[in-house]
Amino acid sequence: MSVLWYLIPLSLLLGAGGLASFFWALRSGQYEDLSGAAERILLDDDDRPI
Amino acid sequence: MSAAAATRALPAEEILLASRAVADDLRQTDLSVPGIHCGGCIRRIEKGLGELPGVTHARVNLSTKRVSVVWRAGGGPPPLCETLSALGYEYHLQSFQEPAKDQTLSQLIRALAVAGFAAMNIMGLSVAIWSGAAGDTRDLFHGLSALIALPTLAYSGRVFFASAWSALKHRQTNMDVPISIGVLLAFGMSLYDTVHHATHAYFDASISLLFFLLIGRTLDHMMRERARNAVKGLGKLAAFGATVVTDDGTQIYTPVEDIAPGMTILLPAGGRVPVDAVVRDGRSDIDVSLATGESAPENVSAGRRLRAGTLNLTGPLTITAIAAAKDSFLAEMVRLMEAAEGGRSTYRRLADRAASLYAPVVHSAAFLSFVGWMIASGDVHQAVTVAVAVLIITCPCALGLAVPMVQVVAARRLFERGIMVKDGSAMERLTEIDTILFDKTGTLTMGRPVLQNPAAHDPASLSLAAAIAAHSNHPYSQALASAAPRAAIAFESVTEQAGLGLEAKTGDTVWRLGRGDWALRAGANAGDAGTVLSRDGQLVAAFTFDDAPRADAQAAMAALRDQSFALEMISGDRPGPVRRLAQTLGIAEAHATMLPAEKTAHIAALAAAGHKVLMVGDGLNDAPALVAAHVSMAPANAADIGRQAADFVFLHPSLQAVPSVITVARTAKMRIRQNFALAVLYNLIALPLAIAGLVTPLIAALAMSGSSILVVANALRPSGSPAHIRQPRAHAVDGDHLPAGVRAMG
Repeated sequence: MSVLWYLIPLSLLLGAGGLASFFWALRSGQYEDLSGAAERILLDDDDRPI
Repeated sequence: MSAAAATRALPAEEILLASRAVADDLRQTDLSVPGIHCGGCIRRIEKGLGELPGVTHARVNLSTKRVSVVWRAGGGPPPLCETLSALGYEYHLQSFQEPAKDQTLSQLIRALAVAGFAAMNIMGLSVAIWSGAAGDTRDLFHGLSALIALPTLAYSGRVFFASAWSALKHRQTNMDVPISIGVLLAFGMSLYDTVHHATHAYFDASISLLFFLLIGRTLDHMMRERARNAVKGLGKLAAFGATVVTDDGTQIYTPVEDIAPGMTILLPAGGRVPVDAVVRDGRSDIDVSLATGESAPENVSAGRRLRAGTLNLTGPLTITAIAAAKDSFLAEMVRLMEAAEGGRSTYRRLADRAASLYAPVVHSAAFLSFVGWMIASGDVHQAVTVAVAVLIITCPCALGLAVPMVQVVAARRLFERGIMVKDGSAMERLTEIDTILFDKTGTLTMGRPVLQNPAAHDPASLSLAAAIAAHSNHPYSQALASAAPRAAIAFESVTEQAGLGLEAKTGDTVWRLGRGDWALRAGANAGDAGTVLSRDGQLVAAFTFDDAPRADAQAAMAALRDQSFALEMISGDRPGPVRRLAQTLGIAEAHATMLPAEKTAHIAALAAAGHKVLMVGDGLNDAPALVAAHVSMAPANAADIGRQAADFVFLHPSLQAVPSVITVARTAKMRIRQNFALAVLYNLIALPLAIAGLVTPLIAALAMSGSSILVVANALRPSGSPAHIRQPRAHAVDGDHLPAGVRAMG
């Protein structure tokens, strides 16, 4: 069962990584305009991501 | 006023006052553009505004239907309004008085994310235990779960603990009390069991309970705050400021709050009267429809009193302020609004009523099972475990999650149709109404006159009148100009005599279009001709005007009558136009010349007779009535104060908004009822199991997730009625893409 000793911390670390990236996405405004993002993918112009 | 006023080009100073500094040399302006609804709109607006000189950045937000434009302060505000009008979009200027970010919402979302992360990991560990992990492995997993659960409780649980604590401090109980007790007891119990190497621990239940409840709490908050802010920030029709002339003759653009009585103000044609004032110099026509509901413009000259919020139409005026903004007509309306006995103040939300029943039932069930098990077995540990299981299994998911879920879905459906909802209880109240009161000017009508009976006029003189009228901003002139093709006549000169009319010259002939007593030579016409076209003082044609009903007002009234609502019209306008419109629309009861206080009195009388009233109105004079009614609606072009008093605001000019809001509200109410029924059914099955001591952590987790998924699925289920199908997105058929002017005529 020694495999648990590094697999469990690893899984928690990965989860925490996901949590941290969610916080980043939230702060940088990625969720401000979800329907707009869906339409913008069809525009050909140079549209800088926010 | 009408959409035309909302699309009136705003002076650069107003844009400047409504903008905020984002960097040293950069300012940001936010505009609400209800017509945005596809990728094409995004590109057209961003391209159109982005190419203006001075604009560094223009970004459309499709979800909130707003545009934010960042521009260099050095060169003054770019012509944003003109550009949007030219692209064919209506807009409303947003002010920056509200804080930009919602702190509570981001706190809730963070708490939700942490709870979600913890619930997922603890669940993962629990699955291993449920699958048969025993001995040291189980104890290790329990210990790890406790390590994850503790900080999560401290971080995400705060939301509930704080609210429960403040309720307890005031010797009250709310839904958060049983939640907090259940979660904390479950955690404490499980910690004790972990230390004592027991087989069961409820860390997973306690944390996933937090997670589900936080979803509900976050949705509820989004529902209440976002729409309310959207309505609050929606463009102001009242002036942000006015040009004040100081004693030494310099002109300063001053914010409205800083205007003091006695100051001299220059009011251009097309500007709004900032505070109550007296005309010192000049002649003009004033549109008072927003203040009194009267549709015909008022002729003013020196000495005449003006009310704040009315619109100067034809000529520039010099006016003297006689009251500060806080003592003006607007403030009087605010006092009336405060005095109005709000029908909604006594209303308790469905969820609150259910919660007040729920908390005592759950507390006593848990307490009784504890006592029962103590008597039966005498085992404290066993009795506490059962009590905790009862608290957990009766988690108020249907109340905490399903009600806001239904309301968010309904609000989303309304938003797609251009209707904004302020809070969920408005939809609940709307399902109770039996009487609908409409204001006339600006609500049933567009608040803009149209030529009566154009076919009866000689086409030649009509097109001549149209050609002359095209030179003026007066609503009657604009009505004439759009009523007929303009005659191809090159006038030598056209001059506007403010408050009188227009004078055009061709050779020796003098044409006059305007008031009968000015356009006609004395004695040429005996009667009161109203608006006339004259040639060298001789009558050529006389025109009458009336306010045009909103597009499909008739269809909307018919739809409401079919649902057997009692319809009434209450207007501040004269009896003539009120009666005419009531006949056209088939409204049986119409009251004219109502003062604001009489409107609220009428609503109070109806309420006393046991009726629940929906008030639909737009003017300043309607604001107290909007507060007094059980539930209220206002069009987007209503006075700010009216919009803030209303529960629903509709952005599109169609009155179909009224029946469609009622349909959506009814569907929502039905869904909420169904969710309550599901929750009760679930508790009827689960509660006896919990009291019997048969609920293991596995069963608790399954039951809790199962019931939550069920109520959410019920909320999201599309409804069968065709009214709920999304609007077609095709361009050609959609009125949003017509230039504002074209739609205004239609």
